[in-house]
Amino acid sequence: METITFLIEHANYWAAVVLLMIGLYILTTRGNLIKKVVGLNIFQSAVFLLYISMGYVDGGSAPIVKEGIEVYSNPLPHVLILTAIVVGVATSSLALALIVRIREAYGTIEEDEIIELDQP
Amino acid sequence: MSFVTANLPALQVAVPLIAAPICALLVRGRYAWVFTTIVAWLTFAISLALMGEVLDKGSVSYSMGGWEPPWGIEYHIDALSALLLVLISGMAAIITPAARHAIGVEVTERARRLFFTVALLALTGMLGIVATGDAFNLYVFLEISSLASYALIAMGNSRRATTAAFHYLILGTIGATFILIGVGLIYSATGTLNMADMAGRLRAVGVTPTVEAAFAFIIIGAAIKFALFPVHFWMPNAYTYAPSLVSAFFGATATKVGAYILIRFIFTVFGEHFAFGEMHLSWVLIPVAIAGAFVASLVACWQDDLKRMLAFSSVAQVGYIGLGIGLGNQDGVVAAVVHVFNHGLMKGALFLVMACVILRLGSADMASFRGLGKRMPVVMAAFVIAGLSMIGVPLTVGFISKWYLVVGALQEGLWPVAALVLISSLIAAVYIWRVVEVAYFKEPDDDAPVKATPPLLLIPTLALAVLCIVFGVATDFTVNVALLATTTLGIAP
Repeated sequence: METITFLIEHANYWAAVVLLMIGLYILTTRGNLIKKVVGLNIFQSAVFLLYISMGYVDGGSAPIVKEGIEVYSNPLPHVLILTAIVVGVATSSLALALIVRIREAYGTIEEDEIIELDQP
Repeated sequence: MSFVTANLPALQVAVPLIAAPICALLVRGRYAWVFTTIVAWLTFAISLALMGEVLDKGSVSYSMGGWEPPWGIEYHIDALSALLLVLISGMAAIITPAARHAIGVEVTERARRLFFTVALLALTGMLGIVATGDAFNLYVFLEISSLASYALIAMGNSRRATTAAFHYLILGTIGATFILIGVGLIYSATGTLNMADMAGRLRAVGVTPTVEAAFAFIIIGAAIKFALFPVHFWMPNAYTYAPSLVSAFFGATATKVGAYILIRFIFTVFGEHFAFGEMHLSWVLIPVAIAGAFVASLVACWQDDLKRMLAFSSVAQVGYIGLGIGLGNQDGVVAAVVHVFNHGLMKGALFLVMACVILRLGSADMASFRGLGKRMPVVMAAFVIAGLSMIGVPLTVGFISKWYLVVGALQEGLWPVAALVLISSLIAAVYIWRVVEVAYFKEPDDDAPVKATPPLLLIPTLALAVLCIVFGVATDFTVNVALLATTTLGIAP
């Protein structure tokens, strides 16, 4: 019983861990460069979730000042992660731009074919 | 004037940041180059002023926007930060004049102003990482410099530059995200993002699984950025196919920023006792660093593309810096800090030699080096001086760092480690000698006289080579600053 409550109470962390692993798995096993970018996005989203759920205070309301509310959630992790999301968007767009150039130069976006084309 | 002196830490980062979009608006590549050179020298002047202030009065603390730390973002410049600021902005100041000719063969006229814009952003990011005292701010600057460096590497003229940049992007993002996870975990344990404040509160929290996980994530994330063996895979290709000047600038500075992040988190945030006493970091860092120094040096001996050889030699030298950090005693960390600075000088010089050779002969293959001692004597002399530093010959900068490294290892009673450092230096002698032999004792394939190297490229190359000797003879500056840095980091002598 104790184990089950432990698992349920930390559901947000489990979600982050599972997503993090899915992202890493895609990054290491898929040869398609677009799929790698998708994997990278899942990987980063896991961290976004970790930060956002971390800011929740038990019984706290949304951090908007209102009469009659005493406990607020911590808004700082949310603000931080907004910055990290912007960084993630920039990374994805740069990665996609690179993929366009790779496709122009090699005619493929499959990693094994690219490695083969580079063999002298 | 007092406005400027009071806001030096902010200006250090703000000047190149504001200059970057202005540079994008300049119509011609030539204007962008002049503008970037001026900005680089300006940041160098600011960093020297900051260094003067740190040596004079001790660490400088600056509250961004007037918000007091730990609530606002604090810029904190101690001896370690100041040395890194001088190294990064100094390298930028020395290398940008050379861009006039060196990028001529590698970057198209249309892309040139954007090249300089992105270079200024990379400079901003690296200076920001070193200047800031806020852990999340460090992550943001890390991503600014990383994104800029992916773009710069992709500007190389071989198609393999794009794949190298893509791989670096994947690994670099994993590394930076690991640091982000670590910072988040520390925040959840301490409720602060200010690094000095974190340090105090972590002592109160003690050793919990959250803090241990944070430590592991940050060390691995920083090690990827630092290109420490065996997570160095992005580096050889990235430095081989990037434009030579980009290799020179990043070879001299980018991995050093990774070393800075490692030192800052291990000693300032987590503290020596937690890192070495509780987490036994030495047991991980020392074997990995020594293995890296050996494997990468050996691989370097078999490379025919000399830019690739230098990239592998960088992996080996990163091993020495990692070893110094892993020893964890004062001499070890002094060796690491001094080597961060010294390796910047020699790797910068060696990659600039490659830029000279590529400009005149079209490639940096072993074949172009045949008889180079006669064809480009001055450039080759710079290679020999920087190469001797790489081996660690007395009177060059390399000797000083190796000396402290060996002393640090012996102090811990690890004489086999000291012996291994000396043996791996001999392997460095092998790959440097290979080039020297080909350059001085082989007849060139083609006897046509080579046009003289343009002075704007030759002077920076020679300047860095001469600095390798200057700082090898007059060691007071680097060693004193490194000693001061270890005292501020709280490492007992």
